[in-house]
Amino acid sequence: MLGLKKHDLSLLIIVAILTMAAPFLLNPFPTESGMAQFNAGYPDLMQKFVIFGIFAIGFNILFGLTGYLSFGHAAFLGVGSYACVWMFKLLGYNVLPGILLSIVVSGLFALLIGVITLRRSGIYFSILTLAFAQMSFALAYSVLSNPKFNLTNGETGLQVYADDPQWFHSDRLPDLPHLFGLSMRATHRMELGAWEFQFNVGYYMCAVIMLLCFYLAIRIFRSPFGLMLRAVKSNQQRMNYTGLNSRPYTLAAFVISGMYAGLAGGLLSAVDPLAGAERMQWTASGEVVLMTILGGAGTLIGPVLGAGLIKYFENIFSKINESVLHGWFGFLPDGLEDFVITLVYPFVGKGWHLTLGVIFMLVVIFLPGGLVEGGQRIGRLFRGKKPSGAAKSATTEPAE
Amino acid sequence: MDAIILQILNGLDKGSAYALIALGLTLIFGTLGVVNFAHGALFMIGAFCSVTLSKLLNLSFETVDPTQKDFLGNPLKVKTPYVESWFGPEVGATIIDWSVPLAILFAIPIMLVIGYVMERGLIKHFYKRPHADQILVTFGLAIVLQEIVKFYFGANPIQTPAPDALSGVANLGGALGLQIAYPIWRLVYIGFSLLLIFGAFAFLQFTTFGMVVRAGMADRETVQLLGIDIDRRFTIMFGLAAAIAGLAGVMYGPINAPNYHMGMDFLVLSFVVVVVGGMGSLPGAVLAGFLLGILEAFASTTWATTTIPGINQIIIYLVAIIVLLTRPRGLMGKKGVMED
Repeated sequence: MLGLKKHDLSLLIIVAILTMAAPFLLNPFPTESGMAQFNAGYPDLMQKFVIFGIFAIGFNILFGLTGYLSFGHAAFLGVGSYACVWMFKLLGYNVLPGILLSIVVSGLFALLIGVITLRRSGIYFSILTLAFAQMSFALAYSVLSNPKFNLTNGETGLQVYADDPQWFHSDRLPDLPHLFGLSMRATHRMELGAWEFQFNVGYYMCAVIMLLCFYLAIRIFRSPFGLMLRAVKSNQQRMNYTGLNSRPYTLAAFVISGMYAGLAGGLLSAVDPLAGAERMQWTASGEVVLMTILGGAGTLIGPVLGAGLIKYFENIFSKINESVLHGWFGFLPDGLEDFVITLVYPFVGKGWHLTLGVIFMLVVIFLPGGLVEGGQRIGRLFRGKKPSGAAKSATTEPAE
Repeated sequence: MDAIILQILNGLDKGSAYALIALGLTLIFGTLGVVNFAHGALFMIGAFCSVTLSKLLNLSFETVDPTQKDFLGNPLKVKTPYVESWFGPEVGATIIDWSVPLAILFAIPIMLVIGYVMERGLIKHFYKRPHADQILVTFGLAIVLQEIVKFYFGANPIQTPAPDALSGVANLGGALGLQIAYPIWRLVYIGFSLLLIFGAFAFLQFTTFGMVVRAGMADRETVQLLGIDIDRRFTIMFGLAAAIAGLAGVMYGPINAPNYHMGMDFLVLSFVVVVVGGMGSLPGAVLAGFLLGILEAFASTTWATTTIPGINQIIIYLVAIIVLLTRPRGLMGKKGVMED
């Protein structure tokens, strides 16, 4: 069905079910309970999960398949955001033209950068993309926001002002991003006993788009084109010696992943119509690298997992402060309690980046395949105890 | 004329920081073949060495001075740094005043050890892994180091003043009838960097150790076949590169107050410098560092920024792109380096 093999189809269906049921699944704790702060089922965070999921899926098409490590992908995200807000300013708050334009603009931008950067490979490529991203950041932050020519509105961030044209805006439409009148902020709240679940229009729109992107990524992974990209990763030299020009393939992969990033940027603007230059900074590019590697580069589900995990920790882990820790370890004797808390404290709250860095290093050192590989290893461990038939099927699995 | 010399000085000043970091990066890259994304963090750690030293020197104890009263009428508590009580107030105050230059002595062993541990403990295991993995693991390490520093020193910049004697403004070119006022410390920084750079080159050029290292850079296997333990020497070179970055950081403190992300800010530009200079070429790295620094300084003049707004922000990247498109190996890059 859908041109997918059974294995991939079940993966797609599982992901679809999980994203659709996310408002329930991410809200396991009752609203009034002490654990409620670990709930992730609120619209803002869920939107980030799926949007950065798209970003990471796109990055994975480039890095996971071709092995070209781009350190400048945030530039495309930023360009997409700006394009989308410009559509809001000119046409009105309907998100459709904004998202479409963000894909087109970031695709063109990726084509331009790709043509230049893909002349080199390996480290040169990483550094070149990094330089381009930093240049775009500088352009957005200061160069393109002078009084004569204000494209990005600099430090303040690009937003819609009352005197913008908004040609297709009418009074019947909401004054916020909407899809043909359906506001992105519209949220249906459902109370079920002690729980409260929120169903947000913006989230579901992004989730559907993410599923489409995910489907497209599966198709790319399984296509002859995807196979060619994998060949680039495993041995580009040999490919070139056989007389095959690999540049068009890598360029196509670069542009596709740039378009994914632009789409993610457009969606970010769609759910919150403010585009700032900090989205393009190279730390943002680093973040998507972290997501992809953490989840598992080159796997289908890995990047989405990584994006969800990092965004969850960023929002939830950073809320843990000293008093919360005291609450947790209160059962320990006093001296021990303080000792444990001084040990744990640097890693939570404001220090969650430290945890992220440590986990990331551990993953790179011991689990190059990311969490997905970890899961597979654990799975194999359990299956390994069964008779040989199961073990054989485990070993013949493609090493994704 | 005055303005031009001033901008050249500005450029040399900025450029010497780039050149030092790029030199270390290239040393590591040329010897071990590893791209070290944590090199900026080493620069930052160097700067925080001087912060730590000045904190240590300012450790003090309180004594109650019965002859004086504070504004509440209680006996005044006087803080005396231990250094002043040990060496007498005069010498003690001088030591505290000169904490930044003293931090050089403090930072060298620390940076050597950090570099050694980094290479033996982590990077050694990544020689056989793809370059992407090396970049990623050092990137992770950079985050970790940065966050550790942030945890202990906070997120705000910490002022590390230069010694009083060196913190004024010098009037250069008085004899030539030109008016060029320039901060002394920046001149010191330029001089110090040049010294360090020449030191590094002399070390590689005129010592037996340096000769072996250069031979190893050219052909590692043959050197190993001759029965030389090249790995140990490369590890020491890593420590040296770390020390160079650290010293650049120590001396940079009075110019820009150290904060935890200063390393990352410099790292990106230093990479560009390395690429422009030519991967693996030491003179290239230094040359490109100074050239790009000067270029940036000239792009920051009012004339340039009014002609093209914000040109100072992007000039380095623009030049890097142009250089790479016209001379893909950089200014002084050699054939066959990183071209797989």
